[in-house]
Parts: sequence; structure tokens; C-alpha cells
Amino acid sequence: MTEKKRETSEIGFEKSLEQLESSVKKLESGTLTLDDSLKVFEEGVTWSRKCEAALTTAQGKIEKLIQKEDGTVSKTPFEVED
Amino acid sequence: MSGDLLDLFSDIPPPEEDAPVPQKTPRVWSVTDITHAIREQLEGKFLNIWVCGEVTDFRNPNLSHWYFSLKDADNKLSAVMYNREKSKIKFKVEQGMELVCYGKVSFWPKGGVCQFVIEDCEPKGVGALQLAFEQLKQKLLAEGLFDKSRKKPIPFLPRRVGVVTSPTGAAIRDICNVLRRRFPSIDIVLVPARVQGEGAAADVARAIAFLDTQDVDVMIVGRGGGSIEDLWAFNEEIVARAIFAAAAPVVSAVGHEIDYTIADFVADLRAATPSAAAELVVPVQAELLQSVWERRRRLANGLRAMVSRSTERLHHLRQRLRFPQNRITDGYQWVDNLRERLQRAMQHGIEHRHQQVAHWAAQLQHLSPLAVLAKGYAVVQKKGLVVRDAATLKTGDIIDVRVEKGSLEAKVI
Repeated sequence: MTEKKRETSEIGFEKSLEQLESSVKKLESGTLTLDDSLKVFEEGVTWSRKCEAALTTAQGKIEKLIQKEDGTVSKTPFEVED
Repeated sequence: MSGDLLDLFSDIPPPEEDAPVPQKTPRVWSVTDITHAIREQLEGKFLNIWVCGEVTDFRNPNLSHWYFSLKDADNKLSAVMYNREKSKIKFKVEQGMELVCYGKVSFWPKGGVCQFVIEDCEPKGVGALQLAFEQLKQKLLAEGLFDKSRKKPIPFLPRRVGVVTSPTGAAIRDICNVLRRRFPSIDIVLVPARVQGEGAAADVARAIAFLDTQDVDVMIVGRGGGSIEDLWAFNEEIVARAIFAAAAPVVSAVGHEIDYTIADFVADLRAATPSAAAELVVPVQAELLQSVWERRRRLANGLRAMVSRSTERLHHLRQRLRFPQNRITDGYQWVDNLRERLQRAMQHGIEHRHQQVAHWAAQLQHLSPLAVLAKGYAVVQKKGLVVRDAATLKTGDIIDVRVEKGSLEAKVI
């Protein structure tokens, strides 16, 4: 379940960054009407929030997966020495 | 050696010990007896020897045992390499190849042949591993396993990074540390594998296939530095094929900068070291955040510039927008002005015409027949026509006579 969520948030970052970039470029072109500028600005801010959210999630985990003879998988946390 | 060969049969006991008389009927050996006797004599004489020669008469490389001969300029020696030894050889023996072989000479009674049983061999000149490397490289290259077009792109920002390596080596520690430092929120999944020694290649291949089912965005496959033998698992075909078959993009990270393995050629991306692999796989979180902030700043600047431009324009337009009263006053003035000009023109026209009339009146006065009459002349008319010739009148005609003041009728007498 969490795996699925992560997947979408990952796609979200790249897409959000692209959208943010495109908002910035549109706004910087100076060809928009004031109304459209405001709209594009609001959109841009929304995308930037999504980018940030994708970047600052909780500390990830390190796991060790072992496939046993009978096909079952054992999952244990893996400790790394610094 | 050849001296030994001559001495070979000196140990064979004479056919009959108590038969010193040469003319006695010679012993007739059965084939079995003699072949076994030869075998007994031969075997044990040429143990643990090295023979160098060119491979010829290579019958079928696909058989479970290899049968060929070793030859030099003049002579030939049958040779066999049994499956058990053959499978330990990293490279493939080929017709025409110069080999240095280790083994023993044996006699096979059923075939009646003397053959060299090879236990190990090496190509002459190059190392066995080096040759094996080149052979496999050529083979996989021809199959297209190294094709650029088959390489999968490495995701820009993976959430879950898989690692196949030893759980106790330096590689996993380096990879985890680098990943953690660059992007703390990333998940790392380690599938432990034996990375050297007997069965390592199969273990690595199995781990790759298993990890590929574990929903990772990218996987790093490798180990820290070591000798070419230590790294050998990553030069094995089974590992190459597992990397090629993986659905997730694979980054190879074997040994040091200078070590190139078959795994490096097949992988979607080659990293010089395990640490380098971790750097290639994951961007720096702080840098990404900075770039997001940078864009947001540009966004705000863009809007601010837009608003200030709009304000300026508004101001400018407002200045140009004046109260219409001015226009009305202007209009009145214009109308007044026109009216004046109209009046002036009218006045002028009337005066001009008065003058003209006076002029022409004077002119008319001057030319008027009445002016002649004023001098005392009279105009005679008969029935409205001026009489210029007296002859046209006869006695009794009634004529009109016009003088300066009035006119009179007269009768010609």
C-alpha cells in the first residue's frame, strides 16, 4: 500500500517540477494578461508545494530481503555502520 | 621424458620366467592382457605433466566431454577433457588454439588408444581469464546485449533503490552512506549475494532476478575491489544474462575505476565504484529543494514584474483619459470661430455685390437710349419697330414718337 503511494509521489515530483518550470517560463515571458498571470502564479505555487512535499518525506528505511528455499521472503532492517 | 618412454617396457616381466631358451614358442597375448598390461605400465608414468600444443581434430565442442588432439609440427597426441574438468575452464577451447595443458597420460584399453587426459588448461600467451573475458564479450556483443538501444534510462528520482552485493562488504556500507547523505528519504533494499568464490555468479544472478520482483526503481549490482579472480562472478554469462533480463534499470559497480567486467557492458549504466553508483542513482535532495525554491522565487518575481507593469500602464492610461468638458469647450470655440468666419464672408459678399450693382447701373445709365432722348432726340417706331428710313413710311401712317419724357402718337402728312 505504502509502495503504491510512493510510486505516485515519485512521478509527482518530476511532473510537478516540469509544471513549475513551465509556469515560471510563461510568467517570465510577460505576454500574459494580468488575470492569466495571477492564475499561472497560483498554479506555479501549487506545483512548487507538491515538489517540496515529494522531497521532504520521512527518513527512508534500509531493509534486507532474503528469499528462502520455500519461496517466502524474509524482511529485516539492515544496520549500516557509518 | 622420451628416455622414460624407452624404459617403459623394461619393467615388464618376461613372458615365462623359466624360459631362457629363445627359440621356445613365444607367448601369445590376448588383446585384453596386453592392453591392460600397457595401461598398467603407462599409467603412473606421466602424472602431473604439462603439455603444450595446438588443438586439432576437435570433434564436437557440444559433447559433454571434449575430444581433440594436441599437435606440433610433426606429431600428434590424442587428448580428452572430461565434463567435470571442462566445466571449470572459464574460456572455450577452440580448434587451432595453442594450449598449455596439465594432466596425465592414460591408456584406454577399449579403444586401444593412448590419450592425454587434461585436468586443466590455459591458452598459451594470454591468461585463461582474459581469454574467457574476451570470448564472452564477443559472444554477448554479437547477441546485442551491449546495444545502446537496449539500455534503460535511470530514473531521475528513485524512491526505492535495490542493491545486490555482499551484506558484509564495504560496497553496501559505501552505497548506503552515500544514498543517505544525498537523499535521506530514499528506501534501500539489499538482497545479499555471495560475490566471490564457488557459486557466486549463480547467487548474484538469482539475487538480481529476485530483486527485480521487489518493485525497485533502479538496482545497483556490484562489490568492492579485488583481484580479477575475486571479481570473476561479474564476468560470468549467467550474471550478464540476469542483468539483461531485469526489468528495472541496472547500474553496475564492480571494483575500482580501472576494473571493467562483462556486467559493466551489459548494465544500463556503469559506475566506477559502488560509491559512484550511489551518486549516479540519486540526486542531492538539498540541491533539488534549492532548485524548487529558486523557481518559486522566479515565479514571484515574474508576478511582481507583471503587476508593476500593469500598474504603470494603468497610470499612463489614466493620464491620457481627460474629462470630456474640455472637448465640449473646444467644440464651442470651433463653432464660434466658424460662425465668425461665416459672417465675415457673408458681409464681404454682400458689399461686393452692392458695388457691382452700382457699377453696372452706372454703366447701364451711360448706355441707356434714354440718355440720348435727354439730349432732345426722339425715337420713331411703327408697330413696335424702330423707323430708320423715312421711305418706309407713307402718308397717313400712325407712328409712335418717344421723347425724353413720355411718348406721343402722330400721323404722317
